[in-house]
Amino acid sequence: MDQGPGKARVNRRQFLKLLGTVGAAAAAAPLLPSLLTKVGVVAAQGSADESAPRRQWAMVFDLRKCEGCVTTDKPPQCIEGCNTEHFVPKGQEWIRVFEMEGAAGHASFFPRPCMQCENPPCVNVCPVGATYRTEEGITLINHERCIGCRMCMAACPYGVRVFNWGDPENPAGATFASYSPQYPVPHRRGTVEKCMLCAHRVKDGKLPACAEACPMYAIYLGDFTQDIATNGKEVVKLSTFLADHSAFRLKEDLGTRPRVWYIPGHGQEYGHDINETRQPKPARTWQELGATLESPHGGHK
Amino acid sequence: MNVQAEARSERLEERVYRPLTHTSRGWYLWLGLLALLTTVGFFAYATQLQKGLASTGMRDTVIWGLYISNFVFFSGVSMAGTFISAILRITGAEWRRPLTRMSELTTVSALLMCGLMPMMDLGRPDRIWHLLRYGRLQSPVVWDILAITTYLTASAIYLYLFLIPDSAALRDRLGGKVSGLRHKVYTLLALGWQGRPEQRRRLERGAAVMMLLIIPIGVTVHSVVSWIFGMTYRAGWNSTIFAPYFAVGALYSGVAMLIVLMFVFRRVYRLEEYFTEKHFRYLGYMLAAFGVLYLYFTFAEYLTVAYKLQGGEKLLLEELLLGRYSLLVWGGFFGGQILPILLVALPWTRTIPVLFAASVLVNIGMWIKRFVIVVPSLSLPQLPYEWGVYTPTWVEMAITAASFGGFALVFTLFTKLFPIISVWEMKEGWEKEGLRALPATAPATGGLAARPALLTSESGGASHE
Repeated sequence: MDQGPGKARVNRRQFLKLLGTVGAAAAAAPLLPSLLTKVGVVAAQGSADESAPRRQWAMVFDLRKCEGCVTTDKPPQCIEGCNTEHFVPKGQEWIRVFEMEGAAGHASFFPRPCMQCENPPCVNVCPVGATYRTEEGITLINHERCIGCRMCMAACPYGVRVFNWGDPENPAGATFASYSPQYPVPHRRGTVEKCMLCAHRVKDGKLPACAEACPMYAIYLGDFTQDIATNGKEVVKLSTFLADHSAFRLKEDLGTRPRVWYIPGHGQEYGHDINETRQPKPARTWQELGATLESPHGGHK
Repeated sequence: MNVQAEARSERLEERVYRPLTHTSRGWYLWLGLLALLTTVGFFAYATQLQKGLASTGMRDTVIWGLYISNFVFFSGVSMAGTFISAILRITGAEWRRPLTRMSELTTVSALLMCGLMPMMDLGRPDRIWHLLRYGRLQSPVVWDILAITTYLTASAIYLYLFLIPDSAALRDRLGGKVSGLRHKVYTLLALGWQGRPEQRRRLERGAAVMMLLIIPIGVTVHSVVSWIFGMTYRAGWNSTIFAPYFAVGALYSGVAMLIVLMFVFRRVYRLEEYFTEKHFRYLGYMLAAFGVLYLYFTFAEYLTVAYKLQGGEKLLLEELLLGRYSLLVWGGFFGGQILPILLVALPWTRTIPVLFAASVLVNIGMWIKRFVIVVPSLSLPQLPYEWGVYTPTWVEMAITAASFGGFALVFTLFTKLFPIISVWEMKEGWEKEGLRALPATAPATGGLAARPALLTSESGGASHE
């Protein structure tokens, strides 16, 4: 343990210490980009002091329960719930549902919101800091600052971001709605849009609109600080839920560290036939669903 | 200075100053055409301002199109001009003398158009000042702005430094022949230049600093342009060699642009005595050298990707080489890379008109290459959704045409105000030559000025090495 002066040998503890330093340095290296963005470091540590963020949001998609709403014969309800909640401009889908072919050749559905990456490429490349990550782990866009260069769209490896190429249609009275990055209404021309995990809803303890609209309860909102997740019907322990079901993240190898997890499946819990070729129906816009500012989900649900 | 040398200087001055005081009808016609192009461009941009980017062919999958392709193209052209002028000056290549002004102007002119393109592409041009107010050094977009403004400033200074003695000459010569305002401008630009030894010393010192600075600055410009793409995860863009790959491509297309411009000015301003066959040949060699280097980079880039056929890279490569971009890719490859190199390499095709044609091919090929770098990688879906399609609209085409018109317009106006050949540097070269080889070798007498320089290729253009 104690080492006499002049002894040049490295003992076990020193060796471990050295290993630890090297390890910490190696672990810190990938953090560098997020360090540069000024946010995310605090979020990653999750310390217990007062100023620490209360939440570390996550989403879990249980693909065993997702069948693209084909058995209900409706368009994917998550998309429609999102459309009406945010008055998503025509031609955009902030959450998309893809039909994927699994390795065994079977059909499965794959809903894709914003991944809320911990190392968000979009935030890294923004020239004006218009897109940023909150301490609670949501990537937001300040539409009053965005200059519309679309560098973030080029950088996003998940194709999440969409653009208002022309003048987006807003609901009546939206001009007077109080805009915030958490609830970006009215929508503006020449700015980038995307899913923001319903920041305006989750802060009040509500589920995101897509999770609330999902008739199969396939979408969970999770919080890593409390280690819980819920789909509105049941509450699960987030860490065990992910581990027990071999949850995965999209394009894990890129090192973006998404906060959105998927539990592998193909809608089997709702009896979705893997050979079924039925496509999800196209989602209706908020106009078609009759959403208004006063009652966003008016004609819906 | 002997009589022959003096006659030579006078001939040069007479030739290059002529466009400054005499304006042909052809010039007005050409100016009218360029004005028309730019007007249509302004109209297109007004339409875009009114309707938003919805008036372009860009949409959510293919988010960048012609504007960004032009941006990369012009930044490439800009890199070569000043870069080559500086390299040739540093290495003391005497044959550079008639070319330097034109190459420096190429940089300034191309950079102006290059910088304009991303502005055309902005969704919110009204918020461009946000870049100053909120600019983040971590963004490749900000790197570009810094690099381009630095290079533009540096190359404008560089162009201007060597313009000081010529401005003084114009001040002394053209008094009374041009309007008072123009004379005042020359006087102002000349900064009291009298050609005194200490003035020369200062100019030389300033020029030496700029020469050394301008090379790394030029390299940064095209490197950071490539990093707009290289800093993303996209197939086709996610490459470590993008910066040198783009830089070599820039030199390749830039040299080609110089040959094209040299050919045009030679014809229009009758500069056969100064832009000789030798200049074409030497720039041709440079073109071929950069071309071969670019081929090597192209090979390295595609081989490493094609060997592994990783996920999206495989899909992209199929579209590029066999799919709907294959005509552009192979056309650009054979027409813009292989054929021009062959045309320079084969001695019997190494003539001025053929070199000009080869350079035009390189320019077209490199523009296509820029387009093929920008658009297909964007149209490749990031997740299993459908491929993006992109068809440019008239708005984008008009603005593109106007940008090329603007590039030409800078030259057209500049050569009305200043000589396209740096007169004092030519004279300096002749003086050097005279000192070295006394008595000065007299060129063949009589009617030489009117004769095409091809026949007496080594006589003109301070071509002594």
